[in-house]
Amino acid sequence: MNSLFPSIVSRSQSSGLMNFFVPIISIVLTLITGSIIFVLLGFDPVYALYTFFISPISSTYGISELFVKATPLALIAIGLSYCFKNNIYNIGAEGQLTMGAIFGGGIGILFHDTNAFWLLPLMIFGGAIGGALWGLIPAILKTKFNTNEILTSLMLVYIALYILDYLVVGPWKDPFGYSFPKSRPFSESGRMPLLFDGLRVHFGLIITLFLIFVSWFIFSKTIFGFQLKVSGYSPKAARYAGFNQTTLVFFAFAICGAFAGIAGLAEVSGPIGLLYRDISPNYGFTAIIVAFLGRLHPIGIIFASLVIALTYLGAEDAQLFLQIPSAVGFIFQGLVLFYLLGAELLINYKLTYKKLL
Amino acid sequence: MNFDLILGILQIVLIATTPLVFAGIGELVTEKSGVLNLGVEGMMLVGAVSAFIILVITGSYFLAFFVSIISGIIMSGLFAFLVLFLMSNQIATGLALTIFGIGLSSMLGKQYIGTPIDGLSPWFFVIFSFLIVFLVSYFFYKTKAGLILRAVGESHNSAHALGYSVIKIRFLSILFGGSMCALAGSYISICYAPMWQEGMTAGRGWIALALVVFATWKPERVLIGAYIFGGVTILQMNLQALGLRFPGQFFSMAPYIATIIVLVLISSNKLRIKLSAPASLTIPFYKGR
Repeated sequence: MNSLFPSIVSRSQSSGLMNFFVPIISIVLTLITGSIIFVLLGFDPVYALYTFFISPISSTYGISELFVKATPLALIAIGLSYCFKNNIYNIGAEGQLTMGAIFGGGIGILFHDTNAFWLLPLMIFGGAIGGALWGLIPAILKTKFNTNEILTSLMLVYIALYILDYLVVGPWKDPFGYSFPKSRPFSESGRMPLLFDGLRVHFGLIITLFLIFVSWFIFSKTIFGFQLKVSGYSPKAARYAGFNQTTLVFFAFAICGAFAGIAGLAEVSGPIGLLYRDISPNYGFTAIIVAFLGRLHPIGIIFASLVIALTYLGAEDAQLFLQIPSAVGFIFQGLVLFYLLGAELLINYKLTYKKLL
Repeated sequence: MNFDLILGILQIVLIATTPLVFAGIGELVTEKSGVLNLGVEGMMLVGAVSAFIILVITGSYFLAFFVSIISGIIMSGLFAFLVLFLMSNQIATGLALTIFGIGLSSMLGKQYIGTPIDGLSPWFFVIFSFLIVFLVSYFFYKTKAGLILRAVGESHNSAHALGYSVIKIRFLSILFGGSMCALAGSYISICYAPMWQEGMTAGRGWIALALVVFATWKPERVLIGAYIFGGVTILQMNLQALGLRFPGQFFSMAPYIATIIVLVLISSNKLRIKLSAPASLTIPFYKGR
């Protein structure tokens, strides 16, 4: 006779098959829960889900918008995977994004009347430096003072947001902006080139794909990627093998910060074109979901970024056509992460029915 | 400065700081049991909106606060189920809870934006916030149950070996945290504002998280920290009202900077961190090991 309830037993090795299926299971469960919520709200679930997930991408413009939203998400998520692979809980990507936008955007404001080929590369470089510097603060505190990075990186998000707020209402305010809290627009050569006429998808997508490819190479083909993985699985083994944990922490934070910074700069020099308060609809936090959903794998992250980007677009359409506040997108994002985290149990543990007799 | 002005400012500080005390003390109890719940902001928002909706529908303040606290228990129960029974990552689960709560509260409250209500006098809650801090302090340091809770947070394996149910104690601590966060939210939507607005807790949940660290996980210091953070905010608003031109953003970021400094101070010394942060914080408990 077997017991009624399964008991949870640790797997000796995490299940590769489950690693692949868990994200899919969680997306399906999210859709089911989403339809239940729509029914409770009195909507026809088929129409609501269509409005949310199909109609936003049923035009060329919609698909371009999907890539516009997925670009920063994928770029930040791939950066986060450098940290998460090594069990470093950098949850401050939103701050690193903001600082990247400030540094890179600052260069854009400084040269607002310059049109030159070097301007955009310089801004991208500035964005990477800004993000990396902001990411290095928790790295230094962690390695020098043994300070937990979870809370420091989180606190730095709000500090960065207030610095941006100060700049756009204070010293960087557009002198011709009728006292709106925004900066001067960047010059034409400080903008991300558009990939297609009439669509907003921009050169940031190419940068993102390039950096994802580079990251794939680093993760799977270099000793650094190997060290990241080993010290994530077993810090003791890594220490025994003589890997320098301090260096790993520094690199992981700097790379993640730089990627988030470039993502921030790509936002302000891409679709936005200037600096203002709300440059990011929580991309830095949402990218954490993308990183988890993509299982920290470059290909997985590409797909996950498209799925999560769709929740942003769907929320906008839902607001227009169903009169639901666009924040409903956050419900889907939260749900998918809940299911994912819950189902992760299946990767590292298995359910067995104990024999009673 | 005349006396009335000082008294007036003091009143405003008391009223504005109370939600920070509630959310902070709730999160402190959760963290003391060894669980970090980053969902404070989400639970506060859901608490705020559910209290507001119930008040509009029923007109009963009691029911409003009651349902709000239930909502906090449900939200934190969801979190507890994931982190305790499914052993999910606490940090990611907490963030999911906040993201989910922001979405849920906006959707539920959509038709209530701008609905007028009669606000409730905050003074009962102001006094209650002081009381709860002292009760929690008494519970931690004078009762056996409090000692057990702290033991679970310090070393769940030892507590388990002694025969205490780690999961049960953590579950209850998380639920307490959730109900306090919901109370903080409902105080904001019913006493402090009084109204409903999307995202109306305005980052207080994050400040509450900072507050627990700033207080180095000591109940009375949550009170002190809350009044420093709250006082700075009110001071900034008053100075700006007096026409002083200075960037208020630097005041607003002060709590976050202070928290980082405290974190560095307590963690740079091995002995001091032992005295402060619960040793099992964020580490999941798995019986089979």
